Amino acid sequence: MERQADFAKCIKGSTGDWEVVVGLEIHAQVASRAKLFSGASAEFGGAPNTHVSLVDAAMPGMLPVINRFCVEQAVRSGLGLKAEINLKSVFDRKNYFYPDLPQGYQISQYKSPIVGEGEVLIDMADGEAVTIGIERLHLEQDAGKSVHDQHPTSSYVDLNRSGVALMEIVSRPDIRSAEEARAYVSKVRAILRYLGTCDGNMEEGSMRADVNVSVRHPGDDLGTRCEIKNVNSIRFIGQAIEHEARRQIDIIEDGGVIDQETRLFDPRKGETRSMRSKEEAHDYRYFPDPDLLPLEFDQAFVDEIAGSLPELPDARKQRFIDDYSLSPYDAGVLVSDRASAQYFETAAKGRDAKVAANWVMGELFGLLNRADVEIETSPISAEHLGELIDLISDGTISGRIAKDVFEIMAETGSAPGSIVDERGLRQVSDTGEIERIVDEIVSANPDQAAQVAERPKAIGWFVGQIMKATQGKANPQVVNELLKKRLGMS
Amino acid sequence: MSVDQATVRHIAKLARLKVSDADARKLEGELSTILEWIEQLDEVDTEGVEPMTSVVEVTMKMRDDDVTDGAIADQIIANAPEGEEHFFVVPKVVE
Amino acid sequence: MTDLTDLTIAEARDGLSNREFSAVELADAHIAAMEQGRLLNAFVTETPERALQDAERSDGRLKAGDGRPLEGIPLGIKDLFCTQGVLTTASSHILDGFVPTYESTVTANLWRDGAAMLGKLNCDEFAMGSSNETSHYGPVDNPWRRNGANTSLVPGGSSGGSAAAVAARLCPGATATDTGGSIRQPATFTGTVGIKPTYGRVSRWGIVAFASSLDQAGPITRDVRDAAIMLQSMAGHDAKDTTSVDVPVPDYEAALTGDIRGLRVGIPGEYRMEGMPGEIESLWATGVEWLKAAGAEVVDVSLPHTKYALPAYYIVAPAEASSNLARYDGVRYGLRVPGEDIVDMYENTRAAGFGAEVRRRVLIGTYVLSAGYYDAYYVKAQKVRTLIKRDFEQAFENVDVMLTPTTPNAAFAPGEITDPVTMYLNDIFTVTVNMAGLPGISVPAGLSSEGLPLGLQFIGKAFDESTLFRAAGVLEQAAGFDAQPGKWWA
Ligand SMILES: [Mg+2]
Ligand SMILES: [Zn+2]
Repeated sequence: MERQADFAKCIKGSTGDWEVVVGLEIHAQVASRAKLFSGASAEFGGAPNTHVSLVDAAMPGMLPVINRFCVEQAVRSGLGLKAEINLKSVFDRKNYFYPDLPQGYQISQYKSPIVGEGEVLIDMADGEAVTIGIERLHLEQDAGKSVHDQHPTSSYVDLNRSGVALMEIVSRPDIRSAEEARAYVSKVRAILRYLGTCDGNMEEGSMRADVNVSVRHPGDDLGTRCEIKNVNSIRFIGQAIEHEARRQIDIIEDGGVIDQETRLFDPRKGETRSMRSKEEAHDYRYFPDPDLLPLEFDQAFVDEIAGSLPELPDARKQRFIDDYSLSPYDAGVLVSDRASAQYFETAAKGRDAKVAANWVMGELFGLLNRADVEIETSPISAEHLGELIDLISDGTISGRIAKDVFEIMAETGSAPGSIVDERGLRQVSDTGEIERIVDEIVSANPDQAAQVAERPKAIGWFVGQIMKATQGKANPQVVNELLKKRLGMS
Repeated sequence: MSVDQATVRHIAKLARLKVSDADARKLEGELSTILEWIEQLDEVDTEGVEPMTSVVEVTMKMRDDDVTDGAIADQIIANAPEGEEHFFVVPKVVE
Repeated sequence: MTDLTDLTIAEARDGLSNREFSAVELADAHIAAMEQGRLLNAFVTETPERALQDAERSDGRLKAGDGRPLEGIPLGIKDLFCTQGVLTTASSHILDGFVPTYESTVTANLWRDGAAMLGKLNCDEFAMGSSNETSHYGPVDNPWRRNGANTSLVPGGSSGGSAAAVAARLCPGATATDTGGSIRQPATFTGTVGIKPTYGRVSRWGIVAFASSLDQAGPITRDVRDAAIMLQSMAGHDAKDTTSVDVPVPDYEAALTGDIRGLRVGIPGEYRMEGMPGEIESLWATGVEWLKAAGAEVVDVSLPHTKYALPAYYIVAPAEASSNLARYDGVRYGLRVPGEDIVDMYENTRAAGFGAEVRRRVLIGTYVLSAGYYDAYYVKAQKVRTLIKRDFEQAFENVDVMLTPTTPNAAFAPGEITDPVTMYLNDIFTVTVNMAGLPGISVPAGLSSEGLPLGLQFIGKAFDESTLFRAAGVLEQAAGFDAQPGKWWA
């Protein structure tokens, strides 16, 4: 069923509200060692034409043989997208000429993809949950790379990526804003990373999207769409949609019409522009690849993969809400990345989960951000953070000292217990010792003591002095009690 | 069905074959003859018949995900009409 | 000593193992014949040094009693097979200068079994033709002449060089390929034996592709035993070819028992075509009598869709070819004709690199796959193909093999057939076998009234080449075909 227009998401134009309609084709590289149809490495980078077999270079007489792992990952991803798995699918040739397409065709799946319809649930910041339909997922080959800036009149062709396995995930045109598009891509990326089928590394091109954008007045039929090719970051996807929607609205409101065309996003200018090489309309002449057989497997093959599926973000989020009493927002943040969720669970195990969540989302994420590192390589392990929380809850250190210990942990990687011991940061709860200091400081400051009688809040000054004298190690509760007693307030 | 010269030019463009005016005139006749001859297939009742996707009736074998190939850049560009530091070189492509 | 070039493979094998002559002597004799036979234009590349090197190595092994199945046998290789370090052109201008860095599976198998390479054999360009007139390297001359005439004749195609070389005794055996009749039709035109194995029996890896779902390699030899010996080496499962089938290869030579008592031979009524020359019809009838006399049971069978095989073939084969030949673009190997830009370079290269027949088929193939025509042509043809295969399956429920003429006529003169469709009709009896993926063998069975060889074809069940060899051996015996062309070229 088609979504009702949400006026809050509409863009204001001179002729009224405009609804943006977006569909995405995400190309996700399968996390395989070898290519889809050859034994060459699928690893990113490499000297030119070194990750290339005779098959990838389309030498005469070369033939494709499919990589089983890639098939399994497509099924796995399909299951993660709650999609229907097709026990029989067909590889087709998509014919066109381009220097980085050595065969003169791309092996893809056209009429019979390996994965059919599915859906992805996205959570928006305002708490709204939106379901985005998945039309299909199919396997296909990546193309090589043309380098245009090495020579004034020539392009250089490197086939290292030629034949790398991609999963193309096609959404329905269910997305209604740049924000939703960003949330959708983030969610698909998270699902694939949970599944381990794609590393989701957008800088290295492991994930990129073709973005189809059109605009219409709410209630109207779909407008003419433009396809923005190969946008390679979540932020750029958002920018491209915003710019493209505005461009289309301006054209229509100026009395123009939208040409259905392929466009490119220029991240430096934040704009989309028409591709100059558009030539005549494409006619890809798809037909089943006669070098391959239909791809067939039985339900048992699918069931076995289904049985090995990890808990996915949606289920995990619900479990975090149910088991750890986290707010939906906190749970959502923590599960958005498999490693973060794992980290949190390790740190929270057997402890106060809300405290653990606060430490992970506050101090830890802050630290990772400043240091610009991924949680997988966090200088503070989840086990150590858990121990730190234990030290607070059993009264060994105060919450304030804990923040200092955290910083030392970040620098040294040491366990919090040993840091506390070595640096003598253990909290002092010994009443006799604190009583002596309280007495000393109150006696030395009769004027301040007199003030407290009139203005009880002034007791804070004494607390500060005592903490200073004990280098923060005094148990603040004990200090408070003893001070009140000494100043005759209790 | 017969093809006209415009169609000949269109498919020649798709196939990346340059055709001269004389070629197009000649091909118009030749291709039309072949296509008309082919169209005797229309006589065959293929209602409910599955198109053949493979003449051998076996399931497709699959490879293990092992890196067994590559690291042969010298061989890959050995026959290239134009190459530079293991790249293939082509006239500049404008996007 | 008899002329060593008169020996069959089996005879040469025995002579070598009995040390009656050396492999080098055998190679020398064939090198001399190859050089004397240059008027035939059968070889496009001669590799005498290679043949002698191979022969020397074989002599070493033979001396050590370590001979392999084809030890020291010099062979010609159709120029469609990629041979490492040896120019491979598919007889096309577009593969100018192409020297593969790899060896096709079939030729690798032959070298593994001890054979020596004499050179690369002429063929129709990209195996597209029935007369060897489409080769960039010029037509091959048939060693045969009409009685009392001097007129040149075509050797058939596309394996015209292979058939002519074997018939003229330039080599005792040659590799060939058959997409619609390209082994069997030239075998018939030259009085040689040619077998197209079951699709999937022989690896296609490293053979320049014409139409992937139809192409299959096989040998052309002087007698049935030699065909069995050569196919034994050529056949077998290859992990590098998805369409190669993993079934055991039986001992083909052992299948030549000479006993066909009780064999059920089908005679397809639809092959009795209107306008078929009387001498073809009577040869066929004679063949039936020979088989009956040998104890076979002859049964009438029906293959109702026979008539449609050829038009369906002329959709499927050009469609696949148009895509298979897209890789010849002047980027990675072969000819490049410069242009104003990349598209111009492609168009110039492909227009100059492909001959008229290849261009015609590429255009037909592009047309039948293009938007709006795909269903009417390609899908329709593949449906007809299903019906053709079904016809055979039903007929083979009652018979073990079928007997038909190989071609509707004997060899003709170059330039005699100019109309493409008339030329295509040469494959009318052979093409059905490719469409159904079945094995077919052509055996010389008699001479035409003009003194030219004529052949009969056995069609077998899938992967039952053994029965074909057995039946063909009996027919060969009965026909006693021992005519030879006059050595006008030497
Ligand atoms: Mg796409
Ligand atoms: Zn794609």
